[in-house]
Amino acid sequence: MTLTVTRPTTTVPENPRPFGFVRHSLALARRSLIKTLRTPEQLLDVTLQPVIFVVVYVFLLGGAISGSTHDYLQLLLPAIMVQTVMFGGMATGVNLNTDIGKGVFDRFRSLPIARSAPLVGSVLGDLIRYVVAIVSLLGFGYAIGFRIQTDPLSALAACLLTILFAFSVSWAFVFIGMLMRQPGGVQGVAFLVLFPLTFGTSMVAPKESMPGWLQAWVNVNPVSHVMDAARGLMLGGPVAGPVGWTLLWSAAFIVVFAPLAVRAYRLRV
Amino acid sequence: MNLAFEAEGLVKRFGKTTALAGIDLAAGQGTVLGVLGPNGAGKTTAVRILATLLRPDAGRAAVRGVDVVKDAGRVRRMIGLTGQYASVDEDLTGMENLVLIGMLLDLCRVDAKARAAELLKEFGLAEAGSRPAKTYSGGMRRRLDLAASLVGRPDVIYLDEPTTGLDPAKRDDVWNIIRSLVTDGVTVLLTTQYLEEADALADDISVIDHGKVIAHGSPAELKQVVGGQTILVRPTDPARLADATAILAAVSGREPESPARGVIAVPVDDDTAFTTVVGRLDREGIGVTELSLRLPSLDEVFFTLTGRHTVEETAA
Repeated sequence: MTLTVTRPTTTVPENPRPFGFVRHSLALARRSLIKTLRTPEQLLDVTLQPVIFVVVYVFLLGGAISGSTHDYLQLLLPAIMVQTVMFGGMATGVNLNTDIGKGVFDRFRSLPIARSAPLVGSVLGDLIRYVVAIVSLLGFGYAIGFRIQTDPLSALAACLLTILFAFSVSWAFVFIGMLMRQPGGVQGVAFLVLFPLTFGTSMVAPKESMPGWLQAWVNVNPVSHVMDAARGLMLGGPVAGPVGWTLLWSAAFIVVFAPLAVRAYRLRV
Repeated sequence: MNLAFEAEGLVKRFGKTTALAGIDLAAGQGTVLGVLGPNGAGKTTAVRILATLLRPDAGRAAVRGVDVVKDAGRVRRMIGLTGQYASVDEDLTGMENLVLIGMLLDLCRVDAKARAAELLKEFGLAEAGSRPAKTYSGGMRRRLDLAASLVGRPDVIYLDEPTTGLDPAKRDDVWNIIRSLVTDGVTVLLTTQYLEEADALADDISVIDHGKVIAHGSPAELKQVVGGQTILVRPTDPARLADATAILAAVSGREPESPARGVIAVPVDDDTAFTTVVGRLDREGIGVTELSLRLPSLDEVFFTLTGRHTVEETAA
């Protein structure tokens, strides 16, 4: 029997095309981006929440802590930007935990793509959340009197550095997201990690006012360096050291947690 | 005949549960293999191994001779998978869903869009293509899901209970899609809980239970094993039930059962049994409100093969 097969115009290449990993990850990042934009209520945590934090700290506590709400705002804002963006990264872990139980992840697993591509796609797609968080926070801060005291380029560098750090840390949340059974569990564990990391810093009060053991933690806490770097870049002051440490810690988070997250994803049935 | 896929002695355990206890499955190119079994028999686990989602604990499986464990990447370029639940992204439109799959299959964006538009049209979703999938009805979702597994023009597609939860009209749509796939030379592995579905679509049927194949054959062979078809009668006048029972007993040579109040049923082997019963009922003036000839249900198949009912199965 002779079988005639009409070769269709669009055929899947027999062999993988080069740079597949990058293309697949970007296609999946686009998916994640579309999902976020189509359910904007998911962005509440990065739009409204930081504004509420600023209001509480500046107007409720600022006067008591630093004597003037205006001076306090200048010091608080770069630091709270770091906190906000890190909290935003938690959503990546929570969302992935929900997402992975759905059939669409079975389909991803049955496709000839790298196992890590869906995770990388989600983490990249969620970068939009960080941008939204920073725009919302700086906009509100500006409206109530925050002013960048350096130059726009340095301020931009502060934002990018913060995003890079949050991107690295989000791999830890992805890892947690792959380990936990329920989204609620992810959130619980993520908060346990986030609180000491973000509050165990000089974010809301000067380090000198804290007990010795806490000062010791602030000194070794990687987030302290990120907040110092953001303050240095936006307000002036030492930059090189904190920026160097931030880059180092970012690399460390990715090197440790990205492989762990991918491994946990592979093991998850 | 060239085998499109084959599995030999697949074993898979989850903790203490043995999902597959050494299962053999195979289908020739361009045929449909029906895998029939109750919930928990191991159907989905077998599909997931053949689709490279799970690794077997023992045994081997291959798609067109390519090992699903050693060369999973190559296997993934040849297969399409549609799960029990629609595996589409609800927030994405039909078009976006299909384009994404195309991109992940290394089509360029232009080709991925062309292929997506083609499939949406083929599956009657052209209009709905620009709407998010969460606005789709159950039947539309299932069609989109099928379309998604066809983006890469796979050689083999796995359909895991593709009609579960669909009403009869939607089910017929899916059946027609599966038939046209086979016409195009695609090999299909279809899991189902309905003998009727396997009978309508499959060239061969493997009946599985407790992770083992307990019967294998063509639909005709299988039906022979389980006593062909069943005649079901409901007399209009309940008082004539005894007369009707006598007729059924005489024609079939078996003792009829009463599956429901006022209804009697009996398996028959002879193709002419039904017309004989109709003639006798007519001659004796017994009116009927229900009279049918149907295939044995999965439960009846099971009972014949194992002496157990599937309901007990799920309760255990």
